[in-house]
Amino acid sequence: MNDILQGLSAAFWLVVSLDSELIDISLRSLRVTLTALVISCIIAVPLGAYLAVQRFRYRRLVIAGINALMGLPPVVVGLVVYLLLSRSGPFGVFGLLFTPTAMIIAQVIIITPLIASIAHQAIRELWAEYHDLLISLNTTKWQRIKTLIWDGRRNLLTAALAGFGRAIGEVGAIMIVGGNIDNVTRVLTTAIALETGKGDFALALGLGFVLIGLSMIVSITIHSLSRTEREGRW
Amino acid sequence: MTQMLPLTLTDVVVRRRGKRIIGPVTHRLEQGPPTIVIGPNGSGKTTLLRVIHGIERISTGQVNWTHDAPDQQAFVFQNPIVLRRTVAENLAYPLRLAGVDKAEIISRVTTWLARIGLDALANTAATRLSGGERQKLAIARALIRTPQVLFLDEPCANLDGHTTREIEALLSETATAGTRLIMATHNMGQARRLAGDVIFMLNGKIHESGAANYIMNTPQTSELKSFFQGDIVT
Ligand SMILES: Nc1ncnc2c1ncn2[C@@H]1O[C@H](COP(=O)(O)OP(=O)(O)O)[C@@H](O)[C@H]1O
Ligand SMILES: [Mg+2]
Repeated sequence: MNDILQGLSAAFWLVVSLDSELIDISLRSLRVTLTALVISCIIAVPLGAYLAVQRFRYRRLVIAGINALMGLPPVVVGLVVYLLLSRSGPFGVFGLLFTPTAMIIAQVIIITPLIASIAHQAIRELWAEYHDLLISLNTTKWQRIKTLIWDGRRNLLTAALAGFGRAIGEVGAIMIVGGNIDNVTRVLTTAIALETGKGDFALALGLGFVLIGLSMIVSITIHSLSRTEREGRW
Repeated sequence: MTQMLPLTLTDVVVRRRGKRIIGPVTHRLEQGPPTIVIGPNGSGKTTLLRVIHGIERISTGQVNWTHDAPDQQAFVFQNPIVLRRTVAENLAYPLRLAGVDKAEIISRVTTWLARIGLDALANTAATRLSGGERQKLAIARALIRTPQVLFLDEPCANLDGHTTREIEALLSETATAGTRLIMATHNMGQARRLAGDVIFMLNGKIHESGAANYIMNTPQTSELKSFFQGDIVT
């Protein structure tokens, strides 16, 4: 109990004093995760839509594969990305290991299947609703996908939110590929792990509360964007 | 503009899961006043319209337009499909697909909003409309590209008398303006008011067909006679 109170006050002071290290770490967390989120959405949303609209031989298999990838243990993703990016690995020449880019790559691999799966589900329902009309209007495949993504944007935002939640709180993979280097790849989750290891529970908890606050702010912002969206002029 | 009609159906059969749903159907449709498709539930009216429109795969036989132009046809489904967009955006949608320029879209949408009496609801989400409003919207959206052929599948089922009258007036004007209507209905009064000729479907086949004023007064088959008397026909 005492630890929690101390954590709360530590968090309070960290925030009100605008602790420069905290701000650095928080911004890095946001930058890495939001970059990963944007890249994942660019891949996952059209993929989900395509899987809903297009019938092909191994479609069920691909969907099952994506659903299986959702359960991929992040630590294993981290390990594999590590091996691929390490000096002796196939992508070693790019020197990406222990950089924010490596962390972004790991997060993209972790959240893309999740977003694709939720997006596919949402778009499949909308496609069932629109199917006859879009066929009747003789739409091209690309027009169908565009229409479904646009009209399903609220549900797709939920998918993105789920991806954001998973990525911002992830620690195992980014610890491995980022290395938790001070001022370079240290983010909120890895800093919490570090402080906990050092026994500085107050600071760890303080960082934890900042993390929770940050993800809540982002969630609420994204959510209110979709909610308050006016019916609008056409 | 090249004339799509006449249209000929030759020995058209639709089978689903080994069961014959319609056919064999052989029929010829000329340019002219509306064709009304009548018949008991499950007799194949919807399937026949979908086959002619080209959105239902046929198992054997042929559908031959004099000039086949998918973008010159439109279909109004029994349960109106509205896009999760504003009323005005629903009307604009087929025009956007066709790449019509912005000024033209605005002018046509404005005209049609007034014509179906939904101008005050232009910026309302279409999903909030009542059943009758949705159906009027679906019809206007089908007509906004001035198709040569318009299919309607029981457009006034479940609608009140006032809305039915409005829709019938709109359809009469549309037919007079040169759009070929092909419409399934359950409403014999409506058939009488709109029909140029009648197709009577029974058990997936065209049981009887001919000019409306003739067939409605002197049905040739006992089944159509019973159908007009409101008996159960099988
Ligand atoms: N996709 C389908 N698969 C199997 N049976 C179908 C399918 N579509 C329609 N049917 C069946 O075909 C028959 C004709 O249906 P339909 O054309 O909707 O008739 P109607 O519009 O006159 O009520 C019905 O018995 C219906 O159950
Ligand atoms: Mg029907």
